Amino acid sequence: MPIIATFIAGLLFSIGLIVSGLINPTKVLNFLDVAGNWDPSLAITMAVAVATTAIGYRFALARGTPLLGGMFQLPAKTDIDPRLASGAAIFGIGWGLVGFCPGPAVASLGVGANAAFIFVLAMLAGMAIARSLDALSVTPVAPQAGIKGGNK
Amino acid sequence: MATDTMVSAAIGGLFIGLSAVLLLALTGRIAGVSGFVSRLLPPYSDNQLPVRLAFVAGLVIAPLLYAATTGIPVGIEVTSNLPILVIGGILVGFGAVRGGGCTSGHGICGTARLSPRSIAATAIFMTTGAITVFIMRHILGG
Repeated sequence: MPIIATFIAGLLFSIGLIVSGLINPTKVLNFLDVAGNWDPSLAITMAVAVATTAIGYRFALARGTPLLGGMFQLPAKTDIDPRLASGAAIFGIGWGLVGFCPGPAVASLGVGANAAFIFVLAMLAGMAIARSLDALSVTPVAPQAGIKGGNK
Repeated sequence: MATDTMVSAAIGGLFIGLSAVLLLALTGRIAGVSGFVSRLLPPYSDNQLPVRLAFVAGLVIAPLLYAATTGIPVGIEVTSNLPILVIGGILVGFGAVRGGGCTSGHGICGTARLSPRSIAATAIFMTTGAITVFIMRHILGG
């Protein structure tokens, strides 16, 4: 059941991208082009999506547990660290270069666009690089202060 | 801005919001596309691969379903050349994993939860995105 529900959520999400035009990179670039021929319509899309989510989340979370069982998996972090800031900044540059973010890029695979296939492959590579850096950083890089001083 | 553009922008936003609500209400998950996609890659820390594939399948199948039911093919226009596509893709993938989310997870779900991290991330990527478009279109003229 969670698999079917998640599939339907993916369908709805993608239909939203199609209907709003968020799936189209040129429209996204026109939305980001505030100094040029600015297309503000995607701001409406974002606002409606955020408002709908905010209201719906309130009701969903009030139940205490998800309807299909399990627990709510919400991010626990609250601090704005350099990692978040640099990641978001890099993400924005890539987004502004092409006009694709992950949702529209993956949905565009269904349109059969060659550009989407190239972009998604490159995106997966970028994700793999970031994840392997994380795996490396698990092993401590800096020598531990406690070893030399013996104050363990 | 034409009225029908505004109406379709709003209806599209409604669908995206309903998708996020449905996913959380039923399965307890945040609708973060980069989270679903990046965890399709190994190493796997859980056994949720089928769920992630289901979301991605929904994303990919929707344009086909939309075209089949409405008779209107989904058109997208990409103006970037090959090197820009590759560089953009790598930056988007790397940045989304490093920043812990993208336009959907931070921009919509996190902002709706009033998460300070998500609001900050959204403000940052909207800003660097707009600066990048400015440089590409108005300074380099690409």
